[in-house]
Amino acid sequence: MTPSARSVIPALLETHEKMVLASWMESQIAAGSLRSGQIKEDELKDQSQRFLREFVQALKNGEMDDPTAAAWSSVQELLGGVSRSRAVQGFTPSQTATFVFSLKEPLFKLLREEIKDDADKLADEMWTATMLVDKLGLYTTEVFQQSREGIIKRQGQELLELSTPVVQLWDKILALPLIGTLDSERTQTVMENLLNSIVQSGAEIAIIDITGVPTVDTLVAQHLIKTVSAARLMGADCIISGIRPQIAQTIVHLGLQLDVVSKATLADAFALALKRTGQAVSRAQIKPT
Amino acid sequence: MEQIPILKVGRCLLVSIQFDMHDKLAMALQDDLTQKLVETHARGVMIDISGLDLVDSFIGRMLSNIAAMARVLDAQTVVVGMRPQVAITLVELGLTLPGIQTALDVDRGLALINKLIDEPEGDSGARGAH
Repeated sequence: MTPSARSVIPALLETHEKMVLASWMESQIAAGSLRSGQIKEDELKDQSQRFLREFVQALKNGEMDDPTAAAWSSVQELLGGVSRSRAVQGFTPSQTATFVFSLKEPLFKLLREEIKDDADKLADEMWTATMLVDKLGLYTTEVFQQSREGIIKRQGQELLELSTPVVQLWDKILALPLIGTLDSERTQTVMENLLNSIVQSGAEIAIIDITGVPTVDTLVAQHLIKTVSAARLMGADCIISGIRPQIAQTIVHLGLQLDVVSKATLADAFALALKRTGQAVSRAQIKPT
Repeated sequence: MEQIPILKVGRCLLVSIQFDMHDKLAMALQDDLTQKLVETHARGVMIDISGLDLVDSFIGRMLSNIAAMARVLDAQTVVVGMRPQVAITLVELGLTLPGIQTALDVDRGLALINKLIDEPEGDSGARGAH
């Protein structure tokens, strides 16, 4: 027995496509899909229509109860596209899932009208339909979640790049203001940025400012030492600045050996760096007028 | 057999390592270099490793050995031209090449060597900590 012979859903949907689409749109609008204004009615209608066609097509030549089968690939593709675009447009997961779930109402209405006399058959068809729609709905949620995770990951990456700037303070002097916790991954990025900047600018001294690092523990110190050693291998000296009083105490209490010149403020470190590179900044002579 | 050229530049010897090192080559380099140091009375050795993609513990040890030998012969050693990726790898391996002076490029290396030769014990506070 072929699936299409077993179920009347595809045939029904095909004959009543316009009616189903209209009432599906209605229930989607009633569920508030348009309210937030992220999507136009035309676009929604277009998506719904395309989905309905693919849905009927897949029902005709595929497994009724397994939406992961090959016959459903075009439906999945379409749903995936819709979910992804909604994730980007800022829909909530439930709003996204509503797209598919709201198809239930018109579908059930249609079934009830067409199979009035046979209660058993009606129940069967409804069960098939609800299982199918549920699975598709879950699929949209899954894709939605995946694309959201992708967005979050990308943002994290951007944040990482943003939070590790290397600035040139003066000729041959670089500064590396560190903000936030230093973990292994960030240390790696910081180190790469710093070393590449050293090569580019030919810097001799790098000032690592840790004013924005909330805590310094053994691990953070380890990472700092690594960065300093790497810079030293490239022929650049490091000065650590921005050590707050509490952090100075912590460093001593933990018995950490930083093995590098440290200064309390960036200004002190800069003055030392100027001296080491044989440069000086002096107050401009203002001529009396 | 391939050989690493040793060039005399001013008061120092310039060694440029352009390809991967192996035991024999390292031994030959140490031989040649000590020989040349004695012959030329050079006061400094500059090792350019800008051609190396990879520096492992073997090359790290070789550099340390050369530095130590040069020191015995009263010459300063400076390693120049290390690539950022090489530096990161070395640090991750825990090889920070203690006792070896470093500089960004040959130019800076020469300046550093001249400075070290002129004031042998001075200015060791910044770099000599390791």
